[in-house]
Amino acid sequence: MKTLRSLWHTFFGDSARAFGSVSVIFLVLLAIAPAKDYFSEWRHYQKQYLHLIRGRADAVTLERHFQIGIQQIWIPEQQVTDRCTTCHEGLKESTLADVNTVVFRKHPVIPHSLTEFGCTTCHRGQGPATTMQEAHSSTADWEQPLLPAKYIEAGCGQCHLEKQTATPFLNQGRQLIASYGCTHCHTIKQGDGTYIVPGDDPPLLNHVADKTTREWIYAWIKDPQSYASTATMPNYHFSDNDARDISAFIIAQSTPLEPPLQPVKTDPKRPYDPAAGTTLYGQSFCASCHAVQNAAGLLVGGTVGPELTGIGSKAKPEWLQDWVQNPNHYDPISMMPHYRFDAEQVATLVGFLESKTEPDFLANVYLDAATPEQIEHGKRLVVENGCASCHEINGVKKPENFAPELSRIGSKPLSQLLFVPGVDHALPDYVAAKVRNPRAFGPSLKMPQFKLTPQQVDAITTALLALTDKGQSLPPSMRIASVQQTRYQPAGQAGQLMRDLRCFTCHMINGHGGDIAPDLSWEGTTVQRQWLVQYLKNPETLRPALIRRMPKFNLPDSEINTITDYIMTVYQTPDFDRESLSVSSFTPTQVEQGRQLFYSKFACQSCHIADFKQDKGYIGPALAEAGKRFNAAWVYHWMKAPQSLRPGALEPNQHMTDEEARSLTAFLMSLKGGRIEAMKK
Amino acid sequence: MNKIIIALVLSVFLIIGCTRKGGRPAPPQATTAGSAIVESSGGKQIGYIGMPLDQPLVVQVNDASGHALAGAAVYFSGPKSVNFEPAAALTDSSGQVTSVVTLGQQSGRYKLLANTHDSSGKNIYLIVEEIALGYQQTVGAQLCAQYCIRCHDSESTPERVSNMDNLSVKPHAFTDGDTLNKMSDADLIAIISHGGPALSKSPEMPPWGYTLSKSDIASLVAYIRAVADPAYEASGFAYAQK
Repeated sequence: MKTLRSLWHTFFGDSARAFGSVSVIFLVLLAIAPAKDYFSEWRHYQKQYLHLIRGRADAVTLERHFQIGIQQIWIPEQQVTDRCTTCHEGLKESTLADVNTVVFRKHPVIPHSLTEFGCTTCHRGQGPATTMQEAHSSTADWEQPLLPAKYIEAGCGQCHLEKQTATPFLNQGRQLIASYGCTHCHTIKQGDGTYIVPGDDPPLLNHVADKTTREWIYAWIKDPQSYASTATMPNYHFSDNDARDISAFIIAQSTPLEPPLQPVKTDPKRPYDPAAGTTLYGQSFCASCHAVQNAAGLLVGGTVGPELTGIGSKAKPEWLQDWVQNPNHYDPISMMPHYRFDAEQVATLVGFLESKTEPDFLANVYLDAATPEQIEHGKRLVVENGCASCHEINGVKKPENFAPELSRIGSKPLSQLLFVPGVDHALPDYVAAKVRNPRAFGPSLKMPQFKLTPQQVDAITTALLALTDKGQSLPPSMRIASVQQTRYQPAGQAGQLMRDLRCFTCHMINGHGGDIAPDLSWEGTTVQRQWLVQYLKNPETLRPALIRRMPKFNLPDSEINTITDYIMTVYQTPDFDRESLSVSSFTPTQVEQGRQLFYSKFACQSCHIADFKQDKGYIGPALAEAGKRFNAAWVYHWMKAPQSLRPGALEPNQHMTDEEARSLTAFLMSLKGGRIEAMKK
Repeated sequence: MNKIIIALVLSVFLIIGCTRKGGRPAPPQATTAGSAIVESSGGKQIGYIGMPLDQPLVVQVNDASGHALAGAAVYFSGPKSVNFEPAAALTDSSGQVTSVVTLGQQSGRYKLLANTHDSSGKNIYLIVEEIALGYQQTVGAQLCAQYCIRCHDSESTPERVSNMDNLSVKPHAFTDGDTLNKMSDADLIAIISHGGPALSKSPEMPPWGYTLSKSDIASLVAYIRAVADPAYEASGFAYAQK
């Protein structure tokens, strides 16, 4: 007590002492803020940076660029206020690319400038923060942490809705979202106002009893992937009883096709010839779209149509016959073309398909006749699980907004999400976990289990994280719109035929169609009429290295003429006249000059075959019959600039002079013999 | 007094116990010790930054006579940003440990270490190298797959038949560091842009400068440098590191 009193007396004994002491206390208090600033984290980093650059030979330049204090990139129209460059001082210094300290390393090469886009536009995190913890991690008032590197392409996807070379995972994710049909249930509206449309083709179920058995449906519902490893239908983990009731309902709702199935009438005494079936399957190029597992267990064939490894266990023979004759009868919007098979060919092909069975798949399936209660329960399950979102089912309407809209999932506030143990409290982890195993979030959740590899899960997560508020609210000038299919349809009788043959499953014309085969928008300028007639009659191999080939449809002459006339008249490029270059104007000297250019200066034989006896290149189409196939004006313009005629063409632009292009055209148009079969000998 | 000392010691232990970040994860107790550790598969892969490698890393522990040993402890380690799942485990019945590797956030080469102990407790290890492609190299990889690979890769896949055998002068694989590392960036850009004749080489290498952009070609060069084997070491900027 005594000491306290003496202390008081020492500092506050009289007014002069009190004044002095209070001044000192105020001074100390005032110094707290500057001291905190002086010892702040970012100053520590700037000191380290200075220390680093002073040890380098280009220290003078680097020091001149260095600015002390808090740095900020401010872009009001993008709502960017980024102070990241306060610590990351060396981002723009090209000589710091090799620095081991990640903080100070130069930013890797990207097409965008830091000052125009800022950092958080792509990386997320809290831009205005000045401590690492706040800037990088999610805090109470800032939920978006830095985007993990594996999802970084989600940053690109906010503005870039088109498919770019530089973002393979984003492209893959978007493609998977479409091909797994996620958007049957989840609406996804992109920033440019377009919707991601489902790219799968779920079968209609309203006549399914004509096609398959209840046993097959039961086994399929239990585990689609055990029937076909490529099946995109997810596993709902139904119990045996639920699968029994659903299969009962699916069969019960099915009505017979009207008019009924038309099996072919063939001579029952004639034995089925397996070799002929294999040959016809090959000749018709079914493998361009359908895959079959070979003896080694590898899938061989395309992914446009369903896998056919076990088709004999699935489809009834009479349905297969009807389907192979004309798929339009059972499903008017299927992607399968209407081949012109005769009765014997149908029987042969169906015989071949029926021999492809998977006996194990149905081995232990025994179902008793369905009771009305079971059918009723099956219907309730079908409604509850939203089966009609994808499939057409009699008596069940396609549900509206069956699952949450995902247009802004990349900005979803964490408070609106229900996390489960084992999932980190961050949006990317939530989305990935949900895609990977939806039922882990609760056994009653309806979202089924898709069969995805870890890499596919990451790709889908990337595409989903790109769907942000920012992406929705960008000024249109900043957005690269997605490429959408046009509604182009060819007119008249030819148009009817082209739809019947499903040309658009593989070919694109005027922005509508698939990308499996060449774009035909200007095919009328490209080829000669006689060649096209021959080609449609018997499609020869144009590109020896390709597996997917144009099928042989067995078209009658009248139909070939209708299609050919239409293509030759309508599909003309507006850029030049197909009659503008006449073959008769070429001199033998030009042909010889062209030959020399072909073999020496441009070495075209590395990718093309002009003569089957000596050339071997097979990346581009074989040109041994170029003079019969192509139009001279097209060849000339192609020589000058391939990509201007077909964007994305692989052939490099050789920057030829007019003279060289003319000579090469003369040479190519002189090539009229030697079919590709010559090579195979 | 003793009580105070005990209390102090206990509290020190308590503090250490609470603050210590788990060091190397301890695998179940090893039952055997091998004498060699070898790579089974998963080395020299080309992956992407921050992403798991396509194939897991599989290493095998052998005994002195070269037979696989089950029950030996294997620890994986690498640069801080690399993640192993699992980072430590016992070899299975075939003597192997499989670990999924996620590369770090910087592009470049990652040296990964797998080690075990022999019977005398000595550390024996194996170094494998993996490559992580960054943004620019990924663009290069994509362009390569589209335009270059059919001639520059002798391997054929069902989807892509190699054209290499059809060429009179065989192109170099992009991984052929022995040849390509000797070429300067400027030479690589010249031969890609203007074709083989630009460097008095075969015209079978066509010019891509009128088809690809300058940044596309720079990306291709970055990719070629990234995958070179042996590794490419940039010359120039001799002063870059003191």
